[in-house]
This record gives sequence, C-alpha cells and structure tokens, in this order.
Amino acid sequence: MNTIFGVPITALLGQLVVGLVNGCFYAVLSLGLSIIFGMLGLVNFAHGAFYMVGAVLTWFALTQFGIGYWWCLLLVPMVLAALGAAVERGFLRWLYRVDPIYGLLLTFGLALIMEGVLRYRYGVGGLPYSIPDTFQGAFNLGFMYLPKYRAWAVLAALTVCIATWLVIEKTPLGAYLRAATENPTLVRAFGINVPAMITITFAVGVGLAGFAGVLAAPATQISPLMGSNLIIVVFAVVVIGGMSSILGSIVTGVGLGLIEGLTKVFYPQASSTVVFFIMAIVLLIRPAGLFGRER
Amino acid sequence: MPKSPSKPLWSQRQKLVAYCGGLIGLLVSLGALGQSNSSPVKIGVLTDMTGLYSDNSGKGSVIATQMAVDDFGGKVLGRPILVVSADHQGKADIGAAKAREWLDTQGVDVIVDAVNSAVAIAVSKIAADKHKILIVSGAGSTRLTNEDCNPYTIHYAYDTYSTGGTLGKAVVQQGGSTWYFLTADYTFGRSMQDDTTRAIKAAGGQVLGQSFHPVNSPDFSSFLLQAQASGAQVVGLANAGGDTINSVKAAAEYGITKKQKLAGLLVMINDVHSLGLGLTQGMYIADGFYWDTNEQTRKFSKAFQSKSGRMPSTIQAAVYSSTLEYLRAVQAAGTDDADAVMKKLKAMKLNDVFVKDGVIREDGRMVHDYYLFQIKTPAESKYPWDYYKLVSTIPGSQAFQPLSESRCPLVKK
Amino acid sequence: MRASPTVKYLGLAVLLAVGLAAPFGMYPVLLMNILCFALFASAFNLLLGYTGLLSFGHAAFFATAAYLTGHLIKVHNFGPGLGILSGTLAAAVLGFLIGSLVVRRQGIYFSMITLAMSQLMYFIFLEASFTGGEDGLQAIPRGKLFWLVNLENDRTLYYVVLAIFIFGIAMIWRTIHSPFGQVLKAIRENEARAISLGYDVNRYKVLAFVISAALAGLAGATKALVFTFVTLTDADWHTSGDVVLMTLLGGLGTVSGPVVGAFVIVALENELSDKVGSFVTVIIGAIFVICVLVFRRGIVGEVAALYRRVVGVREV
Repeated sequence: MNTIFGVPITALLGQLVVGLVNGCFYAVLSLGLSIIFGMLGLVNFAHGAFYMVGAVLTWFALTQFGIGYWWCLLLVPMVLAALGAAVERGFLRWLYRVDPIYGLLLTFGLALIMEGVLRYRYGVGGLPYSIPDTFQGAFNLGFMYLPKYRAWAVLAALTVCIATWLVIEKTPLGAYLRAATENPTLVRAFGINVPAMITITFAVGVGLAGFAGVLAAPATQISPLMGSNLIIVVFAVVVIGGMSSILGSIVTGVGLGLIEGLTKVFYPQASSTVVFFIMAIVLLIRPAGLFGRER
Repeated sequence: MPKSPSKPLWSQRQKLVAYCGGLIGLLVSLGALGQSNSSPVKIGVLTDMTGLYSDNSGKGSVIATQMAVDDFGGKVLGRPILVVSADHQGKADIGAAKAREWLDTQGVDVIVDAVNSAVAIAVSKIAADKHKILIVSGAGSTRLTNEDCNPYTIHYAYDTYSTGGTLGKAVVQQGGSTWYFLTADYTFGRSMQDDTTRAIKAAGGQVLGQSFHPVNSPDFSSFLLQAQASGAQVVGLANAGGDTINSVKAAAEYGITKKQKLAGLLVMINDVHSLGLGLTQGMYIADGFYWDTNEQTRKFSKAFQSKSGRMPSTIQAAVYSSTLEYLRAVQAAGTDDADAVMKKLKAMKLNDVFVKDGVIREDGRMVHDYYLFQIKTPAESKYPWDYYKLVSTIPGSQAFQPLSESRCPLVKK
Repeated sequence: MRASPTVKYLGLAVLLAVGLAAPFGMYPVLLMNILCFALFASAFNLLLGYTGLLSFGHAAFFATAAYLTGHLIKVHNFGPGLGILSGTLAAAVLGFLIGSLVVRRQGIYFSMITLAMSQLMYFIFLEASFTGGEDGLQAIPRGKLFWLVNLENDRTLYYVVLAIFIFGIAMIWRTIHSPFGQVLKAIRENEARAISLGYDVNRYKVLAFVISAALAGLAGATKALVFTFVTLTDADWHTSGDVVLMTLLGGLGTVSGPVVGAFVIVALENELSDKVGSFVTVIIGAIFVICVLVFRRGIVGEVAALYRRVVGVREV
C-alpha cells in the first residue's frame, strides 16, 4: 500500500472525497450568505435556520403530502425564497436606517424562533429521510465506495453555484441587483425599483439556503439543530473568502471542505478548529478576505 | 457602532421608583418558586425527552414509572405517590441543575432513570451531597460503581462491563477477532470501548484502532472511512441511541458492511425497530430484558405498548422495576428516609418482571441475569417486534464486574 | 441637577435590603445564577454599550475562568477565594491577548473575529483533558472562604456572590464615570474625532476589553462555585448570544440595563422551562425580535423615556 507521510493514499483520497462533498455544501451556503452580505451589508444569522427549514420542509412534504425529492428540489427553494422576501419586507426593511448591528441581531432572534419552534415540535433526535431510489447504491472508486447520492450532491451544488455566479456577474438582472445595492439612490433615479431589488437579493440568498437544505435531507440527519451547528463554519468560510465576493465563497467553501478532509487524516481532533484558525489569521492579515474588497 | 440611545442620565429618584416597582413585582411573582410540597412521596424521572436517547428512554420512562406506581397501588405508608419528570436534553449541566432544584425545593425523594452517563454521574454527586437516592437505569459508564460510587447511587440496569464484555467475547468467538472502534467522545463511549477491549483481548482478539466522534454527530462518513482503512474484521460502535442508528445507516451507504461486520455495542429494541431487520440482522445484542421472553414480560410489555405505542426498551423496563422495588423498600422500612430505604434495598431480593432474585451490592451495582441475543433475519421474524432470538443466558455473577476488581472505596477488601 | 444624595442613598439602601432578604423567599441557587449572569452581561455591556464594540465571543472569558477556577479548586486544592481570583486573572490575560489582536478591526469584522476566537477556545476546551470534554468538570468543592466561611450552604454562598456582584458593578460604574470612561464614550460616538483629538484609540479599546473580559471571568468563576460544575455549554457561542440578548433587552449603555435583562431572561427560562419545555427559546427569540424592532432602548431605556415623558423633562 502506498503511503504519504505515513498515511495510506487510499485513506487520504477517501477523506478528500468526503471533504469535497462537505465543501460543496459549505459553498452553496456561503454563496447565499455572501450575496446577502455583499449586497445588503447584512450578516444573516438566520441563514443556518433557513437551511434547516429547507431540510425539514423536504421531509414534511414527503411525509405529509407525498411530494417527492425531485419536486422538492424545485419547490422548497421557492418557498424559502418567498419566506425570505416576507422576512425582508416585514422585518428587515425597518432597520436599514439604524446601525447594521441591529440587522444582525434581528436575524439572530429570528433564528432562535425558527429553531425553537421546530425543536419543540420535533425534538433533536433527527427525522428520517431516505435516499431517493435513483441514487441508491454507491460507485466503487477503488479506494472507497462513494454513495451515488453524494456524487449527485456535488454535481448539483456546483451547478447551482456556478449558475448563480453567472447570473449575478454576467446578466442584466444581476447587474441591476449589484447596482441597486451598491448605490441605491442613483439607481432609483434611473427608475429602477430599488426596494424590489433588495427584496429579490435577500430572497435569492435564502432560497439558496433552502436548496442546500433539500440537498442535505437524504444525506444527513435532519434535526432542528443542523443549521446551528453549521452556521458558524459558514460564517468563517464567508469571512475567509471575502464577505462580498461570490466567487470567493464558492472557492473557499470547497477548499475548506478539502482542508478539513486533509486534517482528518493527519490530526483528526483539529478538523473542526482548523477553519477558525484560518479565519483568525485571514482577518488579522487581510480582513477583506482572500478575494474580497473592503466594504 | 451603535449610537448611544438618546436619553440623558435620569435622576436617582426616577431610578428608585422604577427599581422598586419592578423588583417587587418580579419577586412576588417568583416567590412561588420557593414553595415545596412534602406530603406526597415524590419520584423524579430525569430523562432525555427530545434528544439522542429520547426513544430508548424519554416519555416512555415516565409512562413506565407511572405504571409502577399504579401497580404498587398509588400509595405508600398512607401517603400518595407523585411522579414528576424533566428533560435534561442530554446535558449534564441542565440535568444536575434540575436535580438540585428538585431535591432542594420540590421535596423529591428519589430520582430515577438519569439516561446518559454524563448526566448520571453529575446527578449522583448532587444526590449524594443531599442524601437522596438516585437509581440509574439509563447510563452505561462503569464509573458509577467504581471511581464515582457513593452510598446513595444504585446502578440498576446495564453497564458497559456487562454489555461490552459479553458482546466482545461473543463476537470474537464467532470469528471477529480484529476490531476498530467508533466511539462517542464522552464517558459512556470510552467506558464501553475499554470494557469491550478487555473482553476482546481476553478472548484472543486485538484492537487495531479507534475514532472518537462527537456526541450527536450529524455525519459519520469520515469516521467510517477510517474504520474501513484499518482493515479490521469488526467495526465496534461504542455509541448509542441516535448515534448508533446513524452509524449503521452510513455504514450501509458507504459499503462498509460488504467487507466488515458491524457490532452495535448498545443497541436496544427501539433502535432495531427504527433501522429495520434488513440493516441489523445477524448482530448480537447483550441485554437484561426482552419483551417476548415469558408470559410476565409479554403482559407488561403489551400494557406498556398500549400506552406508548412501542415495546419497552431495557431502560424503560428497568425504570418500572426500580420504581416498584423502591416503593417496596419504603414500605418495608416504614419511612422514606434515604439511609433506611437504602439499607432495605441492599438487603432485599428483587423480584419483578425485569429481574429474578436480583441483589444490590455494596458498590451500588444491581446484579441480575444477562442474555445474549442475535437479531433475526426478516424471514425469521413472524410478528411485529419479533426481533431477537436467544443464544445463551449468562448468570449475573459472571456478567457483571466482580467485586474483587472494584475500584469503589465502599467495597471492603 | 441630580436628586439629593439622600434619595440616592435611600434608593440603593432599599435595593440592598431586597438583595439581602431575597434568599429567604426565593431559591438561592436561582438567585445566584441571576447575579452571575447579571455581572456577565454588565461586563459585556461595558464593551457594547459604552465602547460600541459588539463582541460575539464573550463566552470564552466566562468559560476560561470557570474551568480554571474549577480545576484549581478541585485538583490543586486552591481555596475558593484564591481560585476565583486566579480564574479572573486568567480571563483578563486572555482578554489582553485576544483584545490586542482584535481591536485593529472594526464593525462586523470585529464581531466575526471575536466569534472565531471564541470557537477556537471552545475546541481547546473540548479537547483538553482537564475540562472533561463533553462530560464537564464536575463536583467542584465549594470549600471554605478565608478558612472560615463554609460555602457549602447555599445561603451563605449567596451573600458572598452578592458581594462579588456588587463589587463587579461598582467597578463598572467607576470605569464608566471616570475620565477613561468618557474617552470610551467618545470612541463610541465618533471614533475618527477621538483619533483626531490625539487619543490612542486602540489602547483604550484594549483596556476596555481587558476589564470587560476580567469581569466576565469573575462571573464565570463564581458560577463554577455556585453550580459546582462547568460544562462546554459555558463556552458555546449561544452563551455569548445570551448575554447579547440580556443586554439588549435590558438596555444598552445603561448600568442597570444588563442586570434587568439578565433577571428577566434567567427568571423566564426557569419559570417556563417546566411548563413549556424548549418553547422557551421561541419566546425569548420573539422578545428579542420585538426589542430590536421597536424597543431598541431596552426595558430600562424605555421605562426611563416613558417616565420622562409622563413627568416632564428633568434637568440632568
């Protein structure tokens, strides 16, 4: 068996693949978060909760209405986007004139409410969601078995990330969104409905969180705490990548998943800490992040 | 930066008025907290209602306790019996704080269940401080009868020595001689790993390595890959409840079970029910109770099922049994004073649906017979909940840690 | 001008009387819990309300002091007084280390880095053997203060905790009403102007950070003695979130605000957790949202504003 630094290559590759899968989830989540921060200047503490709601909704749709996985992939992000729009209209818009800290605190409160309600209703044990039949089984990669579902998750996540990036950076709608959030007064003078743009931006961010939730439902334990455990890591990813850089979050998300996988091989106990370590260093040396511009 | 909320400093008089009014109001409303009711005999069921172990314990434990109270007659020494319960959510600090509050202000006489070893150990210290009895039915760590033993704690049902020890030996004898552990990173997991390792080595096997995972882990992929890389014949799951269920599922997903055998070290009937026989068939279970063993257990279990919707797990049956025996001891001692009742409990022979001729030793260990089961294949299962077949019976004296090896200071050597 | 000193002292005397009598009517451990969190929140408020820095990682100081105090008392047989002192000192040192690194950044980046640092500390505690990891550090003996006062008795301990609390609040009060405190307020109001006036703003921020960390540590060390154990929950970022809540609810930038906030939240959690279980989080979250939207001045701030409006504006 070949080894690198005393570790069998098969083990290394295996952990890297798992890391890649995790990294794709980080990427989708941090994409949503950085869209919201980059364009609205708002730190969305409820992002993890929205992700969790997406997963729970997927389970709920199946068990209550018999709506299967494929429909959920389409519907749940839309429902979440609508929820996000409602939150923005109902709550956030009152806070644009005051210190941005209050926006952060509001989303923190909303997260508590969402998690609290679902925790009260369903406990933290975990709701079962089985892998859709299309994806049962695994690919034999030689050094490990990669469950087909996870391979699909990687594909779906990366596709959505790249598509979103393209829309925002390369299409007229994206241009309007970017302009409206960068200089609202001027853009409004052009007759563009700036408040609508802002709502759309937030809704898109939340919708992405919902999408991640659907993707996660068959792969991980659906629990009201799943967002809470993840949100801190996602923050770290966004900060490292550059809070306003969309490309930065995608790259950093995937990269971080890989680094975590590597750490698991050589020093498993540190795998949860390594991201914060990196984040602290980046913040000290280059606070705008690896890809960002200071806002 | 937040700007200062625009208000000038207010005069001291205004502050005074606001304070007094607010404080008086709050104190009055909170004064009710100081009330305690000492007339009934209170049994406190401290359990995990929403977390990892809620199926194996949780509300079922409360139901079991109430059943015991009802079967005993609802009254002891002329006093009514009251069952109270609380959810410690799997956290030692919440459990201990609740226990302390119960014993200080609510007049609770005995605490039962205490599922989750970290909670059990924390609560046992508090109960010992306050000279009240704790009967643990839901924790596995052997520390309760060794380093952390005290005169007020009884370790009633399983522990990692009896369960892990029996299983380690059985699996090695069946051919699984090299092991890799997936261990929950807290006292229970480590205790299980240690005790199983001892049995493995005694039977001639070896342990190739382990991975520690956080309790309530969302994802076991990377740990299972490490297990796979080790090449061990057996992957021992030194975890329980939701963690075991998720480990088994993930192992199937990643194809671990194609080449390696899984040994769930603390699997209960609810876990088998959740996972289904397809994923669990052939696994060994070491346990002190199974609902389908004899007429008495069947009767009790069906009654339990009608109230809770499931068959009782070992923990729930043990909570029933321990409550019943506690009440019998109180009756026999003529008082609910903890020292007197404890003395009676250690002198009695315990006989009920859970235990035959059981004894509580001086280290707090309740010794009873143990069984080795194997999970049936789907074809062998004839009716709902028909999951286990009996392989052998192990007398209590062999299943549990002998007193001679005990590290408990209460044991006279 | 201010109300006469007589009224002021009378007010404080009434409060003190209530504080001294309280353990006879209410469960002392609950009261001590409230006092510890009130101190913790007040320490946090020194940074947020008075210096304008939102730290999302204060649990790190709380837990560091708690673990160290617990460990020293349990394993190395320190007395409670020395134990608490050591814990507080450790928190202060940690505050200095983290503070020096962190004050270079502003606004949201400041908050994020405090969060990162706090998570680092969390994982250190998770892995370190002396903390007991997920099991926690348990059965910390309360011991005898100054070799005389037996702290095992809840009521006795309560008075000690009350004294510690009063000391902590007094320190905060003193800090705020000193020239140093004035500079902090200046920094909060307009940092650029403070710099232009020649103040070494970062040094002031670090010092405020250290004081805040030390007092948060004092609260943590005391709590370790009250509950006789320390667990990872104390280092979790949700605990940091709790104090933000308490401070906001009570009123930023007021001395009594965090105390009131702590009182309300701890009491609420205690009262309701038996009746509605984990729904308590929802209620607290809802209160929080309402506060952020409508009652940004917090309970104390709103009551003060209401009083002023009803009675007429008073001169300060």
